[in-house]
Amino acid sequence: MIWQLDFLLCVLVLICAIAAINIKDLLSAVIILGAFSFFMCLLWAEMGAVDVAFTEAAVATSVSTILFVGAIIKTTRRSKD
Amino acid sequence: MLDFIIAKYNFWIYVVLMMIGLFAMLAKRNLVKKLIGMNIFQTAIILYYVSIGVKKGKVHVPILVGAHGHGEHLFKAADYLNPLPHVLMLTAIVVSIATTGVALAVLILIYRRYNTLNEDEIIELRQAEQEAEV
Repeated sequence: MIWQLDFLLCVLVLICAIAAINIKDLLSAVIILGAFSFFMCLLWAEMGAVDVAFTEAAVATSVSTILFVGAIIKTTRRSKD
Repeated sequence: MLDFIIAKYNFWIYVVLMMIGLFAMLAKRNLVKKLIGMNIFQTAIILYYVSIGVKKGKVHVPILVGAHGHGEHLFKAADYLNPLPHVLMLTAIVVSIATTGVALAVLILIYRRYNTLNEDEIIELRQAEQEAEV
C-alpha cells in the first residue's frame, strides 16, 4: 500500500462524488458515477482486495451505469437540482 | 492529536464520502439524484470494510501459492491480508446492484404515472389525486 497513491485516489473519488450529486444533467451525473465506481475499483486493487476490485469493475461500473442510462432514456434527462 | 488525524486520514475521507451520500439522499429533490446518493453511501461503507482488512508492511494478496498438492504449504497468516471483509463485501456489491435495479424499475413506473421525477411535484400531484377521490 503506497500512501501517496492511496491519497490521490481518495481525493479523485471525493471529487467524482461531489460532481455526481451537483451536476444538473442526469446523464452526465450517471457517467460521473461510473467514473466514481472505477476510481473506487482502482482504490481496492491498490489496497490488495483484487477480488472486490474486479467484481466492482465487472458489475458496478458497467451494469449499474447501463441500468441508469436505460432508465434515464425511458424517463427524463433534466433535473432541477 | 494532529498525528492521530493524519495517520487515519483514509477514515476521515470515508466518513466525508458517506456524508455526501447521505446529503444527496436527504436534500436532493430529484429521485435519480437520491439513487446516486444511495450508491455513493453503499460504496463508502464497502470501502470502509475493505480497508479494515489492510495490513501495513510486506504482506501478500491472499492467493495461496503452491496449493493443490504442488509445493509446500508453509504459510503464515500474518503475511497475508485479511480476506474475510473482502468476501463479505463481494456479496454487498451484488446486493447494491440488485437494489439499484429494483429502484430504477419503480422510478420508471413513477414517471409513467406522474410524468415527473421531482419529489415535490409528485407529492402535490398525489394530494390532488386524493382530494379528487374524496
